[in-house]
Amino acid sequence: MLAFQILIDGFAISALYALGATGFTLIFGVSGVLNLSHGAIMVLAAVAAWAAASVFHVNTYAGALIGVGVALIAAIVTYFAVVQPIQKSTRIPNEEKEIFVLTGTLLWGIMIQELIAYFFTNNAKTVLPIVEGVVAILGVRTPRNEIFTAVVCCLVIGLLWLLVNRTRTGKAVLAASMNPRGVTLLGLELTNIYVVVWAIYGILAGIAGVLLGMFLGVSSYSVGPLTASAFSIVVLGGLGSVSGSLIAAFVVGYLETFTAYLISPAYRTIPALLLLVIVMYIRPQGLLGRR
Amino acid sequence: MANFFKSRLFFISLIIVIIASTLPLYVSGYILGLLTVAYYFGVFAMAWDLLFGFAGEVNFGPTFLIGVGAYTAGILNNQYGWSVYLCIVLGALASVIAGFVLALPALRVRGPYFGLTTLVAVLMLQNFIVVFADLTGGEIGLTIPDVISIDAGVNYWIALGFMTISAIILYGLSQSPIGLVLQASGQDPVQAGALGFNIVKHKLAAFIVSAFFSGLSGALLVFYFGTASVGTVVDVAVGVNVIVAAVLGGRRTVLGAALGAIFLIVAGEFLRPTGELATFIVSAVALLVVLFFPGGFLGAALSREARS
Repeated sequence: MLAFQILIDGFAISALYALGATGFTLIFGVSGVLNLSHGAIMVLAAVAAWAAASVFHVNTYAGALIGVGVALIAAIVTYFAVVQPIQKSTRIPNEEKEIFVLTGTLLWGIMIQELIAYFFTNNAKTVLPIVEGVVAILGVRTPRNEIFTAVVCCLVIGLLWLLVNRTRTGKAVLAASMNPRGVTLLGLELTNIYVVVWAIYGILAGIAGVLLGMFLGVSSYSVGPLTASAFSIVVLGGLGSVSGSLIAAFVVGYLETFTAYLISPAYRTIPALLLLVIVMYIRPQGLLGRR
Repeated sequence: MANFFKSRLFFISLIIVIIASTLPLYVSGYILGLLTVAYYFGVFAMAWDLLFGFAGEVNFGPTFLIGVGAYTAGILNNQYGWSVYLCIVLGALASVIAGFVLALPALRVRGPYFGLTTLVAVLMLQNFIVVFADLTGGEIGLTIPDVISIDAGVNYWIALGFMTISAIILYGLSQSPIGLVLQASGQDPVQAGALGFNIVKHKLAAFIVSAFFSGLSGALLVFYFGTASVGTVVDVAVGVNVIVAAVLGGRRTVLGAALGAIFLIVAGEFLRPTGELATFIVSAVALLVVLFFPGGFLGAALSREARS
């Protein structure tokens, strides 16, 4: 009984983590950017969906779409307002661009977080779920929303796989992650590819944010922990490796669920962090990362 | 180094320190308290800049070193009632040991991985503080029975003196041959190694110096506040502020980091009437500086002087 409970709850959490971390790792893989405004964009999506449904009374489907749309816009604005100016700047030496992008996106994330807190307060918000009710799976009472979350996450990740591996745009993105210079020599505009990647990222982060808002609820305080969890999952899986972060998301998700159910919810994040430290010392490039 | 004493920077710093030291004579205790915190924060930022600006290592976890120093000093005072100064010294030593333990394996990895290791160290420390709540006070914070002084002026002078001495040592170190070797190994480790310098030894030394000043400053800050909590000395957000301060003031200048820290804290206070938007405004200003004046305050001033 408990085993099934852990299995089911762990799966939903892991799938959500996987979706959140995939976009994050995609951007790093393609453009070498660690986007520390990640948590802020996820929360922004959830709050937008919440505001659309609760304040402006649109139906839940439209609300969810608005949330994803806002995240998409936010991601593209992040790229043009923060990341691109730093990457193109001639006054910042190349070897220091990494830390400038980190600092810049972090400040940007804090700005988004503060604006959310200013307009919509710090209170936790729960987005109205699209599907309601509970069903029993293997004797475990499971909210339909949890199943919906898991299904949507898997579906979106599957679509992403198709997009990257089976379409022309996706192949260009893949090529840019392997050799940016080679791509430009083939006549493709690198900026366009980056915009596409940021747009994909925005949609992924938006869906993950809205689902999180339905599943657990969010507040502007969740920004930091969300960025940190995406960060540790991506590091565990190997920076830039999408399949690595998928595996890592499930490892972290199940470790947390195990700890929460079997030991104590207070120790929830500790085993995952310990694992992260061990991995950093033994295999710093992560599970599937390249050095 | 000899040139430094003739340079404009030296005279400006000297005048600023002299003016700052007379402040307690005519300024309210409220402003003194604000500046006291800002000065300790300045030392955090300078210690971080030595590591980033010179050794080229991005330490995402300055609060790991600060937190270990602060909590060691606080716990020793709380549990055993040892004297304040002994606790401060032991806190700084604990921070050095923690820095050594962290740096030894972490320096084997390069670039972002080093930063990630240090970030994880902070998260671990934060969790341990919460788990061992009996000893550390957990999320509520640790109450510390003793304080350095209850007089705002004395506290202010101690902080100013400490920051000035730290600035002299850290700046001197950064301008010394050791600083040059560090800078070289940060920019091109292979070539610096080929010239016969032991890069790992130099970087380890930089890490230990950074840890020493971070821990010392953290311990002093705890005895000023009379309390140690995750939110004030360990949280990732505090570390972020340290990094923003150093970048804002001008990386690779050491002294600029202190300026940036003072600016951040004072600006945050001035904007308090704007309520919740204060953090937003400070972050926005910091972002604009990062985007348009990547050299920071002091970097912009120094490059203008060099041009003229």
